[in-house]
Amino acid sequence: MLWEVFIRPRRGLSHTHVGSLHAPDAEMALRNARDVYTRRQEGVSIWVIPASAISASSPDEKDSFFDPAADKVYRHPTFYEVPEGAAHI
Amino acid sequence: MSNVLAYGDDALVTAQRLAQWTSRAHDLEEDIALTNIALDQLGAARMLLTYAGEADGRTEDDLAYLREDREFRNCLLVELPNGDFAFTIAKLLFLAAYQHPLYDALRDGEDERLAAIAGKTVKESAYHLDHAAQWTVRLGDGTEESHRRMQNAVDELYPYTHELFELAPSLRGTWDSTVDAVLAEATLTRPADGWKPTGGRQGVHTEHLSYLIAELQVLHRAHPGAQW
Repeated sequence: MLWEVFIRPRRGLSHTHVGSLHAPDAEMALRNARDVYTRRQEGVSIWVIPASAISASSPDEKDSFFDPAADKVYRHPTFYEVPEGAAHI
Repeated sequence: MSNVLAYGDDALVTAQRLAQWTSRAHDLEEDIALTNIALDQLGAARMLLTYAGEADGRTEDDLAYLREDREFRNCLLVELPNGDFAFTIAKLLFLAAYQHPLYDALRDGEDERLAAIAGKTVKESAYHLDHAAQWTVRLGDGTEESHRRMQNAVDELYPYTHELFELAPSLRGTWDSTVDAVLAEATLTRPADGWKPTGGRQGVHTEHLSYLIAELQVLHRAHPGAQW
């Protein structure tokens, strides 16, 4: 059974997809993920999810899914004046 | 101090045996898991043998590469061949169920150097025990064939576990309850006490150790002091 592995590198960051692996069940998948993906202290938390449980967008739908966003510049917050003294924007 | 040598030799021989699984496990994940455990054991062996050798001025390499089989103090359990995967898992289960409480006890011992080493290895051995227990349950409570092989491994290896408690009789109770719980969950049974092979702690080994040591030492003996 194929599992997708997500690792949180350290507290405060979110889990990131790092790869996949084979395991007979969730418990073994967690342990395999520990062995395969955290050998060099890459993480403090692991999620494993059956690959079959992931619904993914299809490459065939790429045009209808993603292209329409390309010409909608107004969705980016670039039409605002940044007030004087507003930090971190 | 002779106990430190025995603990170190247990780890060294275990590392060498598990390293023989490299590239041969049933999948990449287990291959890495067994190799990780081998490296943990090698790390423990290096610390323990370094410490054991200081008494008479020998280095870890002197002890690993320049002793004959009669000078090794490891228990017989660890030198037995890997067998099939179930056999390897049963060996690891029996060993880790002993090493984990051993290191845990040494952490609080009077020997500060040994306590520091055990403080590091106890966490690793907890994982070794977990890994072996997980597989024991899956094989024991798996298919008819996996159950047969796992039970066979337990039956064949159980006699060799008595020797573990020669140096640490107080660990017997913990070991029994750990192993019995895993075997029960795995629908396996512990055989009755009978034959109790021994001799490893005195340097009297099975014929398997000589071959293992030959492979371990061949490079060092051909090229003394080789570094890379």
